[in-house]
Amino acid sequence: MKYFYYPGCSLEGTAQEYNLSTETFMAAVGAELIEIEDWVCCGASAAAPTSHLLSLALPAINLAIAEKANAENQNGNLDILVPCSACYINLKRVEEVTRKDTALLNKINLVLEVEGHQLQGNIHVRHLLDVIVRDMGMEMFRERLKKPLDGISVAPYYGCQCLRPYRVFDDPEDPRSMEPILKAVGASVHSWNKGGQCCGASHTTTKPEVGLELVAAILKEAKGADAIVTVCPMCQMNLEAYQKKIAHKYQEDINITILYLPQLLCLAFGLSENKIGLDLNLSVTDQFREKIGLKQRKSSE
Amino acid sequence: MNLMQKTKTKTKTEKDDQLTNKLLTSVKEMVQTCMQCGTCTASCPNAFAMDYTPRYLWRLVLMEKTDEIFHSKTFTLCSSCYYCTLRCPRGLELTDAMALLKQIAARQKLPQYKQSSLFYKNFMESVRRHGRVREMEFMTLYFITMKNPLVPLRFIPLGMKLMSKGKVSLGNPLKRSGALNAVFKKVEELEAGS
Repeated sequence: MKYFYYPGCSLEGTAQEYNLSTETFMAAVGAELIEIEDWVCCGASAAAPTSHLLSLALPAINLAIAEKANAENQNGNLDILVPCSACYINLKRVEEVTRKDTALLNKINLVLEVEGHQLQGNIHVRHLLDVIVRDMGMEMFRERLKKPLDGISVAPYYGCQCLRPYRVFDDPEDPRSMEPILKAVGASVHSWNKGGQCCGASHTTTKPEVGLELVAAILKEAKGADAIVTVCPMCQMNLEAYQKKIAHKYQEDINITILYLPQLLCLAFGLSENKIGLDLNLSVTDQFREKIGLKQRKSSE
Repeated sequence: MNLMQKTKTKTKTEKDDQLTNKLLTSVKEMVQTCMQCGTCTASCPNAFAMDYTPRYLWRLVLMEKTDEIFHSKTFTLCSSCYYCTLRCPRGLELTDAMALLKQIAARQKLPQYKQSSLFYKNFMESVRRHGRVREMEFMTLYFITMKNPLVPLRFIPLGMKLMSKGKVSLGNPLKRSGALNAVFKKVEELEAGS
């Protein structure tokens, strides 16, 4: 297993632990990641409201760099692996639209030309969860299982953009792809219907009165679970960063551990918490640490 | 000199208006076959906070009620969850249509859309300069252009938390400064010419 790796800007900043745990996890299962050289921002959710062409050109630069490396290397045709759902949807959109619309591909290439890039449109973009679900057998997880997550109930949270609008590896209405993986590492699956509901995205920043409503609805439904796992830095931040504010607003205890999926899997593999940047998470409860057999932290949080 | 500046500004405004009209026509084409079933409204997680429902907004687009569309905050509340796009029985790309409306509002510099469009604008400025987003710089730019001292206050608790975790990094920008200048310029050129 070998992939081009597109970490994206969040994974260099607020989601460093997602970057670290993805790398640790991939190494643990014997997969190789080759970071796309000089990758650029995908435009996030800011490029599309600014300019349609720019929102396609930015991700296209990354696809073009990877395509060129594919053509020059003996690696064969590697796919691009993307852990962030917002980056994923932007890169994936370019793959999808350029396959159907040659005129648009040509227009994008007019922009790419100024940087010396050219896109053919034959490379595949895949979300981390897609790679975990479809390229790795459950046997792989069972073989590496050192600390089964017995008695731990996990709520799988998929968010929106790894599921919609591109129907690739899961049911966008009723996502279930994480369940066999969670069970393979010994956890039980918290039954809920919030897995594919919106976390509010950037509303938590620009329109907190709306965004926090959506986050609160998700956290309330997760009651009874020991942790929520996510596969997107935006979802992760929204679910972990505003718990105190929401608890205060609704006068309800909604405090819960929020982990990235590869972090949880690495814990089950018996890997140390330093290797997955667990101290960088904003919400890991003492009860969870105790239940999973980690030493209590001294910090005030 | 003054006159020249004025002429220049006017031409720019005219160009902006032309582009706005063109974009609005695109939105209309995108929702042309809407049959007003309301599946989009029923699927929208943000509908509770909207003044007009998404279904009503598409009707306004078809009726070309431009003022009402842009006085409404409906499109600014789209969080791009793609439920409406997934479920629309007509197969309309409604999330993309919302994104186009956001684009028009940002170009028109509509006051009620100011907070979001400044957020986007400063984000893209950080990308243009460095090729990647430097979160700290982007938020600083955003606060300065907001010119509202109360906005940053809201972010202090989270900002402190992130800083104490060493998460507010300066990023690893590309080696060149003004990294994506040429790309941004070419896009502008192509969009103005088309």
